[in-house]
Amino acid sequence: MLRRGRFRRIGLFEVCNTLLMLAVCFLTLYPMWFVFINSFNPAEKAILGTVNWFPESFSWASYSVVFQDKGLMNGFYITTLRTLIGTTAHVLFTAIVAYGISKTNLIGRKLYLKIALITMLFSGGLIPSFILMTKLGLYDNFLVFIIPAMYTFFNMVIFMSFYRTIPDSLEESAKVDGASDYGVLFRIVLPNSMAVIATISLFSAVYHWNDYYQGVIYIRSQDIIPLQTMLFKIVAENSMTFMQQQAMAQFGARLPGNSIKFASMMVATLPILLFYPFIQRYLVKGVMIGAIKG
Amino acid sequence: MFQHRAGLKSFFRQWQLQSMVIPGIIWMIIFCYIPMLWLIIGFMDFSIAKPMLQSPFVGLKHFQDFASDERFWRSIRNTLGMSTIKLVLGFPIPIFFALMLNEIRSIRFKRTVQTISYLPHFIAWTIFGGIMLNWLGEGGVINQLMMAVGFQDREILFNSDPKYFWWITYFSDILKETGWSAIIYIAAIAGIDPALYEAAELDGANRWQRMWHITIQCIRPTIAILFILAVAGMLGSNFEQIFILKNNMNMRMAESLDLYIYNMGLVSGRYSFSTAVLFARSIVALGLLFLANYASKKLTGDSIF
Repeated sequence: MLRRGRFRRIGLFEVCNTLLMLAVCFLTLYPMWFVFINSFNPAEKAILGTVNWFPESFSWASYSVVFQDKGLMNGFYITTLRTLIGTTAHVLFTAIVAYGISKTNLIGRKLYLKIALITMLFSGGLIPSFILMTKLGLYDNFLVFIIPAMYTFFNMVIFMSFYRTIPDSLEESAKVDGASDYGVLFRIVLPNSMAVIATISLFSAVYHWNDYYQGVIYIRSQDIIPLQTMLFKIVAENSMTFMQQQAMAQFGARLPGNSIKFASMMVATLPILLFYPFIQRYLVKGVMIGAIKG
Repeated sequence: MFQHRAGLKSFFRQWQLQSMVIPGIIWMIIFCYIPMLWLIIGFMDFSIAKPMLQSPFVGLKHFQDFASDERFWRSIRNTLGMSTIKLVLGFPIPIFFALMLNEIRSIRFKRTVQTISYLPHFIAWTIFGGIMLNWLGEGGVINQLMMAVGFQDREILFNSDPKYFWWITYFSDILKETGWSAIIYIAAIAGIDPALYEAAELDGANRWQRMWHITIQCIRPTIAILFILAVAGMLGSNFEQIFILKNNMNMRMAESLDLYIYNMGLVSGRYSFSTAVLFARSIVALGLLFLANYASKKLTGDSIF
């Protein structure tokens, strides 16, 4: 009864707008739903094309092919390794550099900041970077995923602005107790920067997980190809991994190619989809910090 | 404070701080400055087997070469074509989405829609591109839809026909990035003083007038900055997107400047030639940035620098 007074007339606009938003949600979720249902399509059905709404019948066959595929599983392992090491290296390195550079009594600070700023404005680009990696011996080397991705100017600035919000008194008292600069950083500053560390880790992890392009350019050896690069080859170049060819032979001409493709896609996205509900607010927070800085 | 008197002694006294920063500086020199320096191979006949300085200087030879290469101009046309479509028809979409989302009254519904709308941004292009290729192919979702609605009476292999490529990049980009691009506008809108709306409502402004005179006016600086950046980035393209959607049949319309540089440099091994293209592109991109900034400052009073 009380609420009736505040109840506003629901006009045509509200109805249309709500429908519009529902349409946006549908368009956003449908692509992943499409992959999901088609990954369960059994071999006999896959040849008839894809299903659009619900799986017509349910089969784990394509997943078992994917999980038995040594190539894809190795790719999964490489990607996981790359994500873990790459993210840790990026966060540690950037956080430490940012701490040093945020100290106003640092000798040469102005010069360091200038050097850092220019890297944001200009870059060599694809070919010089490729030549550099070759000369450094990073071509076809796992470290090509890690070392060149250890630092970004943008994330350094985010760290620096976060450090400013930590009260100086905390650091001062640790200094009085005889802590070194490293001691202060690792025992006081970083434990108080968990929010920003979480955000930057997540961005870095998503980058490492999703990137296929570095693998296409720099990696030749089969045993260090990341999952996404394999997926790129499966999707764009229609190449089949060894086990998939085996499966093809097993199922005959009625190859479950499409279902296997979708099952591999599902496996490659699953970590993102599973973590997404929990991490998305950190990701949004990261953009906000970035936006204020920019 | 004491920087002017600082000598080697005080430098060494803060060796801990210095040892935090100097590895970073070395990293920047190796991974940013050396590639910048190596843009010089655009003026040389560089060969990867030889040491850097032993390659002969050839002046502007490669610049003349690419300027007379038809495929180069084709890649410029494709880049500008795709960028223009994205800029003119794509740029307003996240703004529109943010405005409409802002009109939703239920906080929970609003938040849910927003959360869902970011999702595709975090899906890799390999997967999103794979979905698009499937949808656009034989028996794919797009063909089914178009035939059901009656827009076409037989199947079209959209991704094999070059004339659709620009539109495919446009639509797939919107589908993937609208929600994410809208975040910055949503944040800007959230920062507007509610008193402005109340005042406008008292003055009898209707919904559209409030949207136009308050919301749009308040987020104008944000729009201006993003527009400047978009114009400055017109010579770039979404490489990850194009790289997965391109194929031999649509290459005529798909080869953007980025892809041209990749094809010429890493596929054909013409390092000096494609570095010359890179060099020219960075100069033009810098010019574009200043131009867009200047235009925005003149027209709206908002600018980056």
